[in-house]
Amino acid sequence: MSISLPPANENTSNSLQPTGWLRFISFSLDHKVIGLQYLVCGFLFYLIGGVLAGAIRIELLSPISDFLARDVYNQVLTLHGTIMIFLWIVPVVNGAFGNYLIPFYVGARDMAFPRLNAVAFWMIPPAGLMLITSYFINGAAQSGWTAYPPLSITTPAAGQIVWIVSVLLLGGSSIFGGINFIATILKLRRPGLKLMQLPMYCWAMLGTSILVVLSTPVLAGTLILLSFDIVAHTGFFNPALGGNVIVYQHLFWFYSHPAVYIMVLPAFGLVSEILPVHCRKPLFGYTTMVYSIMGIVVLGLVVWAHHMFTSGTPPWMRLFFTIATSFIAVPTGIKFFNWVATLWGGRISLNSAILFSCGFIVNFVLGGITGVALAQVPFDIHVHDTYFVVAHFHYIVYGGSVFVIFSSIYHWYPKFTGKMLDEKLGIIHFALTFIGFNLCFAPQHWLGLNGMPRRVAEYDPQFTLVNQISSVGALLMAISTLPFLWNILYSFIKGEKAGNNPWQALTPEWLTTSPPPVENWPGEAPLVTKPYGYGANHSNENNPPITQA
Amino acid sequence: MTTLPSTKEKSEELTSSDHQHSDHRLFGLITFLVADGMTFAGFFAAYLTYKSVNPLLPDAIYELELPLPTLNTILLLVSSATFHKAGKSLEAANSKQCQRWLLITAGLGIAFLISQMVEYFTLPFGLTDNLYASTFYALTGFHGLHVTLGSIMILIVWWQARSPGGRITNVNNFPLEAAEIYWHFVDGIWVILFIILYLL
Amino acid sequence: MLQKTAIYTISISLLIIVGGVWAVDNLNLLPVVASSNAPIYDELFKVLFVIGIILFVGITGLVIYSLIRFRKKPGQFGDGIAIEDNLPLEIFWTAVPAIVVLFVGLYSYDIYERMGGMQSLSTSSHDHHSINSEEKVWGGIGLTSQKLIGESSLPKINVDVTALQFAFLFNYPEGEIVSGELHVPRGHPVTLKMESKDVIHAFWVPEFRLKQDVIPGQPTVINFTPTKNGRYPIICAELCGPYHGGMRSTVVVEEPEEYQEWFKQNSKQPGMEL
Repeated sequence: MSISLPPANENTSNSLQPTGWLRFISFSLDHKVIGLQYLVCGFLFYLIGGVLAGAIRIELLSPISDFLARDVYNQVLTLHGTIMIFLWIVPVVNGAFGNYLIPFYVGARDMAFPRLNAVAFWMIPPAGLMLITSYFINGAAQSGWTAYPPLSITTPAAGQIVWIVSVLLLGGSSIFGGINFIATILKLRRPGLKLMQLPMYCWAMLGTSILVVLSTPVLAGTLILLSFDIVAHTGFFNPALGGNVIVYQHLFWFYSHPAVYIMVLPAFGLVSEILPVHCRKPLFGYTTMVYSIMGIVVLGLVVWAHHMFTSGTPPWMRLFFTIATSFIAVPTGIKFFNWVATLWGGRISLNSAILFSCGFIVNFVLGGITGVALAQVPFDIHVHDTYFVVAHFHYIVYGGSVFVIFSSIYHWYPKFTGKMLDEKLGIIHFALTFIGFNLCFAPQHWLGLNGMPRRVAEYDPQFTLVNQISSVGALLMAISTLPFLWNILYSFIKGEKAGNNPWQALTPEWLTTSPPPVENWPGEAPLVTKPYGYGANHSNENNPPITQA
Repeated sequence: MTTLPSTKEKSEELTSSDHQHSDHRLFGLITFLVADGMTFAGFFAAYLTYKSVNPLLPDAIYELELPLPTLNTILLLVSSATFHKAGKSLEAANSKQCQRWLLITAGLGIAFLISQMVEYFTLPFGLTDNLYASTFYALTGFHGLHVTLGSIMILIVWWQARSPGGRITNVNNFPLEAAEIYWHFVDGIWVILFIILYLL
Repeated sequence: MLQKTAIYTISISLLIIVGGVWAVDNLNLLPVVASSNAPIYDELFKVLFVIGIILFVGITGLVIYSLIRFRKKPGQFGDGIAIEDNLPLEIFWTAVPAIVVLFVGLYSYDIYERMGGMQSLSTSSHDHHSINSEEKVWGGIGLTSQKLIGESSLPKINVDVTALQFAFLFNYPEGEIVSGELHVPRGHPVTLKMESKDVIHAFWVPEFRLKQDVIPGQPTVINFTPTKNGRYPIICAELCGPYHGGMRSTVVVEEPEEYQEWFKQNSKQPGMEL
């Protein structure tokens, strides 16, 4: 609706907002600034979560509890899970890339509600800092990121309450973000741009935001009830007072299973943007991709009880959730076959972005296969709550989402900063991450099958060697962060100039300067009806080749 | 800084009509209410599960008195109608009448809250007596919080409509429209709550 | 050309399948089989493993092959081929996973049925001394179908399990025994009725391939028939507090005679027979 806007006058648009780097620590309303705020903030929390993961892996070098005090170990694993999920993956795949890219993709100058957007971001740092500070003051929560009662009611209350408050804040931030994305994608589209012409990431974010809006409030309500149990001694989830612990699990997983899709659907969308550019080919099967996203959204809402197969759920419920969960493999499979078909016959530049994307495909396929296995009740009864599950979900969220985050950083860094990242360092980063990750988590499948439960500080000595291998993998993952950090910082200062469109990409964020101006395009928003119009025998009438500025 | 209008909003006002502008704000509000509704849905689901799998011992079962909650239901339903009237009056550019209906609606909302309080103080059980008592207070309390917020919103809208040349006119009726949708939502939740908690 | 591709595809697929079957048979992926439903579990595992290996190696192979074959060589410019979709192909790879998933679902349902998972627990535990029909029992796993056990109609062993931070207590009501170790005779069906004193725990014996949460306020039941003598770990699998990792016990599967001996020595009611 604002496309007929005359080019924004630099002086007036910046007069009320700080300029330069100050923008990034201010209450900026610019979606690109907010996106980068999410990204940097998320990455800092990732480093903290990584240190915690390192502490866990050091503890597990030996079969006895010797590195951390037992209750501290439980605090560390609780913080690790909470930080990685709520402060790193969810804010980055949704908030960071969503805020940066969605307005470009729909042809808008900003999100639908810029102020709400900034509020949503600024809820995150205090929530995260509160969570981490609780560790140093009274001890953090120690009942795992699932906070199952009655454990969460009987462990020290102070840490648990801080945990609840900060997850409520993060959930609120996520809901505000979700509302913003739905409104932006459906209501702020540039005239002439049809839904089925949107880049795939828009569809992924639409699906994700629907899940956020429908499921996060249930978690919020549940945590409010849990906090009553802790503070006011009500008995919702306290069996000693007549409550029912299974009800908590149902309500919790009604959010927390969709949360997995909240973490991976945007990653699916990002990969769908990255592959065509570096393969110089259209995204294969656009229509089926869209339907499969919506299929995952619908199915994703009705599979939660597969986390509760050993909780005493009735047989009919186990059967229903087995079938529903298994069928998620179908739309997910479609996406993977479509990506492979996108690679097929392309002219692939073997750069860091494509390597991380392909690493994602390989890791996620393994995570998906173990996921289908875990959906089968008889299989799950043996491996539930073991290291098999730990391996499975790290293949989904790290091998899946985090690989995509790195891929996306390599792909969009030139747009964010106007500088290229160093490819050699990128490939070292990829090799270290990929080897380290698989070395760390692949052996954990075996540990789970053979009798190592999750969330333990001590274990059967027969598992020592495999745990040490796993810890070596974790060390490699930690080391892999160094070339990445160096690359990011060094390239920012001394990197090769990227130009506006170093990848010769067709999606709208590349049809402006790098970094883009405050209102995204100096002139009118371009109408991109074929975001994936690559290919040898395509006449790019809609998308004339871009002249480098 | 937040009180200053951003240039972005200024420039949008230049190019897009106010109607278009309010359009996606209403859309956002409705999306938010869907989310809010899911919180209630979670509470209702918990309550119904407790009811079916955690039956109370016979001596702990109590009967809720119906007259007061029925009065509450009528209060809220009538207030929905009066709010609708207020909206219609504003559309007809009758600001005085609109303000009157708004005041009546807010009055009904506050009457509901008072009546709810009376019920709380006359009930034979407290928050932590048993599972049902806790769920009862959690559900009605969370709804009461919504009514409180709604009543405050109505009073703010009334205040804005009152001042001459104020922010709410038949051209810019977004605050009133938003408050009205929210109020209908809260009333709808009450009807479901009344059926599930008192009648079932 | 097409023929050649087909031959390659078929031979590679066969190789993957054979490799998968070999791996699952020869790699030490699962612990000892010690209960009547563990072999059924291993059967399911084998099927899932082979299907998984085929999919994983297949897709990974395709990705690596594409990256190598279609990589941009120095001096090459321009785009790849512009294929946007291919409906028959997309229908094919929607249908194949759907069929595989349907097969896996039905098969695992069958496995579950054979493990006794679909049995209504109120009937399977009806004759249990302490569970009257009015008491609500929450979930668990039923007895393996009798025909699979072989030596059927052996008397059932009933044990009450109490889980608390951070130990399991096993109470044999017939002999008034309270033990920290679970002793069970080989071949006899065992029913555990479990309840927690504080938080949620889980009873897990990897060698039995069985796990059941132990929930405060809600008794749960688990049935199994041990088939191999030995000492196996009982592991708490649900985070239950600081000493969760140390919450372990042992199940001793022994010959019925040895079990009798142990039972007599520990029982406060001499003369009780199986």
